[in-house]
Amino acid sequence: MSGACAGKVAETAVELLEQFARGDQDAFEALFRRHQGEVYGWIVRIVRDPAAAEDLTVETFWRIYRTRSRFDPRYGFSPWARRVATNLALGHLSARRPQTEFLDEAPPARVRCAPPDPAVSAEVRQKVAAAFEKLPARLRAAATLAMIEETPYGEIAAALGISAAAVKSRVFRATRLLRTSLRRAGVEP
Amino acid sequence: MNESDEKLNDLVKRSLGPVADTELKRDLWPRIEARLEAPAPRVPWWDWALAGAVALSLLLFPAAIPAVLYQL
Repeated sequence: MSGACAGKVAETAVELLEQFARGDQDAFEALFRRHQGEVYGWIVRIVRDPAAAEDLTVETFWRIYRTRSRFDPRYGFSPWARRVATNLALGHLSARRPQTEFLDEAPPARVRCAPPDPAVSAEVRQKVAAAFEKLPARLRAAATLAMIEETPYGEIAAALGISAAAVKSRVFRATRLLRTSLRRAGVEP
Repeated sequence: MNESDEKLNDLVKRSLGPVADTELKRDLWPRIEARLEAPAPRVPWWDWALAGAVALSLLLFPAAIPAVLYQL
């Protein structure tokens, strides 16, 4: 790409963000269409439920639109959208948690995942999933992204609005709770 | 991370795979558009009347303010 062309694209992107911050609905639609897939992809990794992820994606953009006056175009749209999406996903996990608090088995998976290792029995898989469901939402989101999705700590930290060290600490605490939970269920990792 | 943490990490990874399908299957814009077009919720007149009555009572009887704050 030539320098002149790159400059033009960047200028258009900044203009679009400024128009959106001023309340332009066409700019909002353009941003929505550009970022909806990315926001959905992030949320579905955390909540692991496509239907809930769609609802939360809509809610994310709706919240973004309502709070557009606080948006600063200098910081870009994606980090802001991801932060809002993460907060809503955490809220969803917290709200869903009481239903599974006392279950020994996890509810059936709602999302298509990579095939699990056949060497791990279905019973153990279910117990691991149930132990994950019992984690507090903040720990669960950090552990899901770090341990299962293998997302870099820096990326998780930016989305949660905390430091990479705090993410590490959450993953560490989640690991401890998972171990206790699994031991109680008769699984010794 | 110690050895037992690594074992647990490995068990988690082998039990719960990463989400395989992170692609959005349909355009969600119509749902946002429906919200944008929906009329803004209106506050009924009696809510305003009630708020006005409470404000007037507090203005007339300021001694009741601590009691009201205590109840909140």
